[in-house]
Amino acid sequence: MIGRLRHMLIKEFIQVFRDKRARFFLFGPPIIQMLIFGYAATLEIKHVPTAIVDYDNSQVSRDLISRFTASRYFDVRHRLADSRQIAAVIERGDAVLAIQINAGFARRVRKGQVAHVQVIVDSSNSNTALVGLGYVNEVTGAFAGDYQLETLQRTSPLAIARMPKIVLDRRPWYNTDMSSQWFFVPGVIGNLLLVIVMTLTAFAVVREREIGTLEQIMVTPIRRAEFILGKTIPFFLIGLFDALLISSVGTLWFKVPLRGSLAVLTLGTVLFLFCVLGIGLFISTVSLTQQQAMVTGFFFIMPSIIFSGFGSPISSMPTFLQYLTYINPMRYYQTVLRGIYLKGVGLEALWPHLAAMALIGGVMLTISILRFHKSLE
Amino acid sequence: MTGVPYTIEVHELTKSFSGVVAVDHLSFSISKGEIFGLVGPDGAGKTTVMRMLAGVMAPDSGGAVVAGCDVVASPESAKQRLSYMPQRFGLYEDLTVDENIGFYAKIFGVKAAARDERAARLLAAAGMSEFRSRLAGKLSGGMKQKLGLVCALIHTPEVLLLDEPTNGVDPVSRRDFWCILYSLLNEGVTILVTTAYLDEAERCHRIALMHEGRMLFCDTPARLKANLPGAVLSIVTSQPREISERLAGQSGVSSVMIVGDGLHLMVGDAATLIPQLKEIIAAAGLSYESIEQVAPTVEDLFVEAVTGTMRGMEQ
Repeated sequence: MIGRLRHMLIKEFIQVFRDKRARFFLFGPPIIQMLIFGYAATLEIKHVPTAIVDYDNSQVSRDLISRFTASRYFDVRHRLADSRQIAAVIERGDAVLAIQINAGFARRVRKGQVAHVQVIVDSSNSNTALVGLGYVNEVTGAFAGDYQLETLQRTSPLAIARMPKIVLDRRPWYNTDMSSQWFFVPGVIGNLLLVIVMTLTAFAVVREREIGTLEQIMVTPIRRAEFILGKTIPFFLIGLFDALLISSVGTLWFKVPLRGSLAVLTLGTVLFLFCVLGIGLFISTVSLTQQQAMVTGFFFIMPSIIFSGFGSPISSMPTFLQYLTYINPMRYYQTVLRGIYLKGVGLEALWPHLAAMALIGGVMLTISILRFHKSLE
Repeated sequence: MTGVPYTIEVHELTKSFSGVVAVDHLSFSISKGEIFGLVGPDGAGKTTVMRMLAGVMAPDSGGAVVAGCDVVASPESAKQRLSYMPQRFGLYEDLTVDENIGFYAKIFGVKAAARDERAARLLAAAGMSEFRSRLAGKLSGGMKQKLGLVCALIHTPEVLLLDEPTNGVDPVSRRDFWCILYSLLNEGVTILVTTAYLDEAERCHRIALMHEGRMLFCDTPARLKANLPGAVLSIVTSQPREISERLAGQSGVSSVMIVGDGLHLMVGDAATLIPQLKEIIAAAGLSYESIEQVAPTVEDLFVEAVTGTMRGMEQ
């Protein structure tokens, strides 16, 4: 048993490392993708391209506009003379927001009347639109507050002292700067491991089926378990190595703190790899060609990432989909990754997630091994 | 027949794929040290038979015993004692010749000393000694098949199952290949080979003709030819197509086949028919070099059997 397995492993490693392209594929893309994700995967919305139409052209309106130009959340690119130009600018995508100040704005503000500011927003990206509107609200709110205060100071300074005030003391835990890079980088480790290890495992088995070597090896006395272990152990080890590689990029390059225990992180990664190997093997049992394996792989990758809380929070999903996320190993791994990296929690907080991955991994591997027949049917 | 220890015994083996019968109640037996050829057109069910005997496909019904092991009841039992070479090259193209041999030797638990001695001898017989460090994928088609055979023989199997091993192989490699097969017979290895090359079928001790999952007949090539009803006429001509159109369907002519230099006709009585045929050809204004009775080849047998079966089905 051990002898045959050892030779199966030697053969796999020779094959994996002989091909120059395969060698690069194992270690190059993970690092490159980590860098890309680390920089590009962000929820922060900054520098919203903005157009402004100012029909009032007063001291007050200019004062309001300067607050937009001074903010790093807005990038005032267009000062339009005519509101009919707004549509073209937004259609071209040159602006996401358009702010229109009508004539009489300053007069109404000075008289203490309701003064309107119109905001047109391209809400085809609903998230950007929502956040952009929030920023506009904040800027105009602050502007109005300052004006109200000024007016009060002039008319009844005593009232100011009696005005109730509520001040929010913000204490963001774990990620004090609320950097979305810190949020994403640990999560990306999970995504990359899923894509790399699942694809490699599925392809390795399907390739043997496709090129006919599986038929040859099935007539040898090799046992099912030996063949499957021989096929999975190399990718398990490569997966662990890739995890080390990309988490090093996260820690050393992006300076995301690793606050928890490395041992627990390793345990979580091992359990997650069990799940991924199980899925990869499962794909190989339902695919006859590498092309089929690739399509089936996509079918697993997208939902795994979306239903994991990697980007959008699970709590915002419809209830029945939230239940569905419980069978997604990535969900638990994301929790483990962020728990260890940012929160610095350990086994006491993460054991249910580790147990869930152990269970899912065990079930997936068992199903795949049972489905893998040492026959041609 | 009873009491003879056959190495391969196939009894009423049947297999269908989604309703289509691929192998239909097939029975035959092969003795130790015999080289047995399974001949038939594509789709006759030859590969299915091989896979069932190799234990990688379960039959719907029937039984098969290979090297004393029931491959239907316990397909894993015979694997140490047999070797199966699938039709498609099944070795690792990204491993070298030596690495492939080494891998299969280890999977079968062959000791290093025995492996080295055997690999050297087999590679020399295959004329491949100087290619040991070449990647299998970089070998020619014939070399690949010979490497397949070397890997299949590295654990000294008692039974060798070869599925169209020389398909697409050059004549020199084919000769090497058959030399190795004959040398194995001296070691008592039993060989079952499928082939579409009918000249190769003549090299087997016995052949079985398969058509649409059934066996048409099974005997030594010599006896099959002797038992062929009627005679084979060879017409050497440069107008084979025109002549074949005139002669097909003539009374006394059961089949017409175009061959390299003319036509082969399966006829009832050669002596009376030759003058008649000469007249017909002359009347049509066609020419020929010679018409004479020749010894039947396996190809003649095969065409007669298959067309005969089809005629039988039409009636």
